[in-house]
Amino acid sequence: MVTDVENWKSEVYGNEIRDRLFEFAEAGFDSIPDDERDAWFERFKWWGLYHQRNGQEGYFMMRIGTPNGVLEPGQLRVVGEIADEYARGPGTNPIFGDAYADFTTRQSIQLHWIELSDVPAIFEKLEEHDLSTQQACGDSWRNIVGNPVAGKDGQEVIDAWPVIRELNETFKGNDDHANLPRKWKVSVTGSADGSGQGDINDLAFEPAYKTAGGDGAPRGSEAGDAVGFNVRVGGGLARNEPRLARDIDVWVPPERVPDVAGGLSALFRDHGDREDRYNARVKFLVDEWGAAEVRETLQEEYVDFELQTAGRDVREEYTYNAGEGERNDLIGVHDQKDGRNFVGLNVLVGRMGADDVLELADLAAEYGSGEVRLSQRQNVIVTDVPDDALDEFLDEPLLEHYSPDPSPFMRGSVACTGTEFCSLSIVETKNRQVRFARWLKANVELPDDVDEFHVHLSGCTASCAQPQIADVSLRGMKTRKDGDPVEALDVGLGGGLGEDPQFARWVTQRVPVDEVPGAIANLVERFAAERDAGESFRAFVARHDDDELDAFVDPKETDYEDPMMHNTKRTWYPYAEDDGMEDAPSPPADD
Amino acid sequence: MTTRLRVLDDGAWISVDDSREVRVSELWRLDAPDLCECALTDLVVENFQSVGVDGSTVEVQVYGQCIACGEAGTTGWVPVGRVRGGEFAELARSAVRSSRARPPRQHVPDR
Repeated sequence: MVTDVENWKSEVYGNEIRDRLFEFAEAGFDSIPDDERDAWFERFKWWGLYHQRNGQEGYFMMRIGTPNGVLEPGQLRVVGEIADEYARGPGTNPIFGDAYADFTTRQSIQLHWIELSDVPAIFEKLEEHDLSTQQACGDSWRNIVGNPVAGKDGQEVIDAWPVIRELNETFKGNDDHANLPRKWKVSVTGSADGSGQGDINDLAFEPAYKTAGGDGAPRGSEAGDAVGFNVRVGGGLARNEPRLARDIDVWVPPERVPDVAGGLSALFRDHGDREDRYNARVKFLVDEWGAAEVRETLQEEYVDFELQTAGRDVREEYTYNAGEGERNDLIGVHDQKDGRNFVGLNVLVGRMGADDVLELADLAAEYGSGEVRLSQRQNVIVTDVPDDALDEFLDEPLLEHYSPDPSPFMRGSVACTGTEFCSLSIVETKNRQVRFARWLKANVELPDDVDEFHVHLSGCTASCAQPQIADVSLRGMKTRKDGDPVEALDVGLGGGLGEDPQFARWVTQRVPVDEVPGAIANLVERFAAERDAGESFRAFVARHDDDELDAFVDPKETDYEDPMMHNTKRTWYPYAEDDGMEDAPSPPADD
Repeated sequence: MTTRLRVLDDGAWISVDDSREVRVSELWRLDAPDLCECALTDLVVENFQSVGVDGSTVEVQVYGQCIACGEAGTTGWVPVGRVRGGEFAELARSAVRSSRARPPRQHVPDR
């Protein structure tokens, strides 16, 4: 028996939702019939609108999908203006204020407190500037990710940006691929650093060389080889069921990527589980079938040309989020292939106030081309800065806060939305990770040669902060402290991508949130004292068993105080002075 | 009178008659010997798996973890509230609930 969600989707889904969305916006939030709200809220996701949690009735999160995180000149200003004008609600965040934009781990942008009546005006402004919320959420092709500096990166094997653009144009608004069993996350990477994080996506295209003359030919020089992509399928982190994408032994030249991607998307559409949403992601289909059957079915039923076997990849060069080596992230000044520079700026937990967004947009236009790009570590990259403008740009006051050379604890922080707005989360996240990072920066010394230390805080097992691929993974939990329920975190260690990706091992469970900074301090102290010379944290973790690591974590109270120990989910907004559900605001009046 | 029951938003909510009524992230005291060996399971509610109704009692199966012993898994059928006169009343959060293996008489699966 198919689910209610599938029934709703079979009635109205995809592009056609838009007309009804606009009708509701025109008539007002209350015009959505009570007995249709569940259905319409589910459908609105396809257009990037997610109804916020209870206590925030009538307000929406809006996600803008920016393929590969690319914001062309002028687009960041549009985002800042929309955030400033529309992303304001009854709750004020004590750290970030009243209007802000969140840069996500999938190179998208999220705005909060959006009112339904404002959606048509926002869509009009976005679309005037070639931005869109289409398929940013819902069961279809999501925002395509990759190395954000595709086409500019000095370390590039192949320029993936034209491929991503073509995929975006082909599969956004495409009725044949609009209604999939579940979300469909695609990564296309052309650089040798692994910054597209293909391993944790439903479908990954990774750079690879194919020797001319066929599979049996000896490996030639790179100069004589064709450059394209190897294909992996079925990665993902959610629901305590993390999977690395599986190699299906296919190499594809750039011009064939849409055929293979469309074939696999159609395979998922036709064979994914529509009766159980927990079992619907393609990772479970790959579990059931195995990579060989996926390849065989793709070949026999979904493409009309002979698939080539996998080529020679460059995975041994991957460093992004790998826990060691150069370029664990894209922060700092880096060479572009055209001689100019891209400058990665740290945005702590990915959240930037609207005023700062607007100022950054102006700086990008003044010192670069106006273009800005977003990374999967929730950071922002200003591209096209010439050498002679670099020093002046780096001296801008805004970069004191959004630094190209931040503390490892600020630089390594990633956090999801958390209970501030999200229904699924068990704990407060973004503000907490800011507090953690500030305390760690002030109180904890890493060894001199360690300049990156990734701490990812996810509010639940949905894993939006990608906790399993961090040095220190934190995941929302509950525990009792002195008999009272308090917010807590499970602690995992040693995850990372790279040539041999691995997920964090969850070594310590249910640490009360006020003892987490002390636990990390103890852990770092043991690492500093007992590491081998030059040893990375990830390697240090790898050579210890879980019991040893659990002992290293050693939670303790410190002078860190956590103001959000209580059940933040029982508030209408955790930071409100009167935060009880009985004080929740009414749905916004339509105007 | 028909009661519409749904699991919504990736298991974050139990919706009763199109109103989001029961949420994840609570702690429930549970008599659930099938889940763990604690005298009373102290369960963090992480994900609703399915919802059903037995007479006027709304019941759910939920994925969660006992914070006393660390055991994680999916419970049997656990009551979350009652529908009376068309209105849903959630059980008190402090209530001790019993998990049972047999499904409610009207089972409404939805994921």
